Amino acid sequence: MKLEYDVAAGDFTRAGFASSSIKKALKQLGVSPAVVKRVVIAVYEAEVNIVAHANGGRITADIEPDGINVVLADTGPGIPDVEKAMQKGFSTASKEVREMGFGAGMGLPNIKENADSLRIETEVGKGTTLYIYIKF
Amino acid sequence: MTIGEIVDAVQGEVMCGEDRMFEVVEYAFASDLMSDVLTIKMDNFLLVTGLANVQSIRTAEMSDVRYIIFVRGKAVTDEMIDLADENGMVVIRTDYSMFKTSGILYSAGLKPVY
Repeated sequence: MKLEYDVAAGDFTRAGFASSSIKKALKQLGVSPAVVKRVVIAVYEAEVNIVAHANGGRITADIEPDGINVVLADTGPGIPDVEKAMQKGFSTASKEVREMGFGAGMGLPNIKENADSLRIETEVGKGTTLYIYIKF
Repeated sequence: MTIGEIVDAVQGEVMCGEDRMFEVVEYAFASDLMSDVLTIKMDNFLLVTGLANVQSIRTAEMSDVRYIIFVRGKAVTDEMIDLADENGMVVIRTDYSMFKTSGILYSAGLKPVY
């Protein structure tokens, strides 16, 4: 099963729509609640990152019998130093993002924590793509 | 504690989920930082927060949190209530501060997540 969503930049009222829809699909498929939570937390963190940092993006979730692949591709500033961005507490988030309860430099580390595999492709000035895999 | 006992203890107002006052919750976590809420592995705890916006409800949804208290008399919008209702959450509002709310509930036996 393939699910696709567009994510608009800066639209915090809609942030979480894709994650919520993926959560419902996984629950309907009978995936265990613990795994559903890991998928949803990882995807939601990444979705919030697109809203907070990029100029918009697209989320594609591929649900297979033994796991889920989620690709989150954005057009945006890219990440100049991925290693630094992976450090807990490092953030470039705006004041607005922090006022929404995010931007504490916990997103990428938390995605890594919940995913079985996380790969980041990024190019400064062009955008970032996250590849998340979680097995069921 | 039952949700009804929690509502009484903080002189709260139930914004949605009125029919679920008999449900029992054992753990609570107090934070305005949603990023922190998202790192909690446990689910079904009570979230005590002063951050009243749609993202608080969304974060609760993603974290499988079914009970939220908004402290310091924060306004809870219709959009927040609709989203909470859709996800089967109980939303409570209290005029008490985060410190007072947490103190009362801790004394009454709610356990900390950490």
